Amino acid sequence: MSGADMAAGTSRQIVLGRHDELKKRQRMVIDVDGTGIGVYFVGEEVRAYLNICPHMGGPVCQGKIMPRTLELVADNGKSLGLGFSKEQLHIVCPWHGFEFDMLTGRHPIDKNVGLTPIPVQVSNGDVVLTVREPRP
Amino acid sequence: MTEHSIPNFREIGEITGSTDSRDVLAHATRQAARNFDDYLIVDVDAHVSEDHFWSEIIDLIDNDVLRQIGQHQVKGFGGSNALLNISPGLSLQSVGGRIGHQGRREPVNDDSVHRFISTARRSMDAMGLDYQVVFPSAMLLLGMHPQDEIEVALAKAFNRWMIERILPIDSRMKGLLYLPFNSPEACEELVERYGDTEGIIGFTVCSTRNKPVHHDCYMRLYSMIQELDKPLAFHSGYHWGDPSFAQLNRFLSMHALSFTHYNQIHLTNWIVNAMPERFPKLNMLWVESGLAWIPFLMQRLDHEVLMRPSEAPGLKRLPSEYMREMYYTSQPLERTNMKLLEATMEAMNAETQLLYSSDWPHWDWDSPATIDSLPFLSEQAKRNILGLNAARLFKLDTARRKPLAEDVLANRPKTAS
Ligand code: FES
Repeated sequence: MSGADMAAGTSRQIVLGRHDELKKRQRMVIDVDGTGIGVYFVGEEVRAYLNICPHMGGPVCQGKIMPRTLELVADNGKSLGLGFSKEQLHIVCPWHGFEFDMLTGRHPIDKNVGLTPIPVQVSNGDVVLTVREPRP
Repeated sequence: MTEHSIPNFREIGEITGSTDSRDVLAHATRQAARNFDDYLIVDVDAHVSEDHFWSEIIDLIDNDVLRQIGQHQVKGFGGSNALLNISPGLSLQSVGGRIGHQGRREPVNDDSVHRFISTARRSMDAMGLDYQVVFPSAMLLLGMHPQDEIEVALAKAFNRWMIERILPIDSRMKGLLYLPFNSPEACEELVERYGDTEGIIGFTVCSTRNKPVHHDCYMRLYSMIQELDKPLAFHSGYHWGDPSFAQLNRFLSMHALSFTHYNQIHLTNWIVNAMPERFPKLNMLWVESGLAWIPFLMQRLDHEVLMRPSEAPGLKRLPSEYMREMYYTSQPLERTNMKLLEATMEAMNAETQLLYSSDWPHWDWDSPATIDSLPFLSEQAKRNILGLNAARLFKLDTARRKPLAEDVLANRPKTAS
């Protein structure tokens, strides 16, 4: 199922499990009837994205999760070298290394490049995913 | 509708450096199944990390002293880099391990064929390739090795390994004979010995070296290759030790510039010294520099040659016209500006001169969809670039050689994805 198919059809809601349990994990990647979806738990927040990279269609949710790399610069403009962000995590596509902010799904440098979000919410303590079905 | 159990649900795992290629590339197989499973696809440049087999190549070195040194290094600090002059950049390619297939080590349980073949078949099947030309990535920098005799010894050993152990097993695999270009007479001997071997479809020079390609010491070599009617490829590479590139502090900067640099130098010497007029039937192929440098160089050389014809007196046409008759491989295809890419492909006659290459399993590899998804290409142009141009240049049989993409998807191990 492609992203376009998913946007086109009717939808159904799927309960993945209790949020308290699932949020102990950082990520789960699932296949629902052939559609890959990555679900991410960041503190109390939950996000879900289609497992298809906007670059060349790679399995973007199955790569590494890395802290954002920062260029550290002193007030006087001098370089303090590279550092890892303590707040921002990146989803890294394993095919060529495109990186996406886990909360926004956006590429850190080109904001026009982003993951396809899949609606997900916590409802009565359950993590509920809304998956659109393709038109018949 | 809310469902508490998920039909056909399964959790899928992380892709790492030891994941089976067919799982890493499952999305590419789906792209093939959807859009181009019936195309002939020839991958002119792939690298099956021969460092795993480096000790086999070291064992084939014909010089007793160098073989002993190499075998000693394999067991010790040198390991799979024995006798090589690798630069620090090689270990940075995976971006700190973010791109796991760079330098991959996947389990192979099938002992019936050489492990190299098993791994190569997986990626060929998964990407929908009918043929794959393998290239020794460990040897990309050998042109900068201070000991010419080591380049010669490794060239002989690698060519023997490829010709005796790899190519006879699977006719989908093809090879370009490695030429130790710092030693022209050794190149001639290799061309004489192996030039018409089945499976050897051309010759390759690693571009990263400081040797003027128009030097008279190469004229006999070019005549021999022209006579054989097989192309001569210049495979670009990088060298962080080059004084210009040593100013660049990040791998990406050095990689972006140096992979086009060496081919620009060699192609400029080739044209300005009128080599296309001196060897008019020698087909030239420029590998792994992407495409963006081509219109740049066409314009620069045309501009200067018009003003200074006395410095390129052997030319009968503009440099861009000669360049339009040469061949180029596609990877790494710069796709961020479609208008520029379209103009580039038009300027270089991509429809007849461009050959698809994957560069798998390197970090900046391109799947066939990189070409197939270009909105401005006709279906015929896509078929040409993905396989028919290479079939014509290398005289390959165009009958289907690969399994059906649907069968590859059904039979993959599904350890991840
Ligand atoms: S397909 Fe994801 S980075 Fe290329």
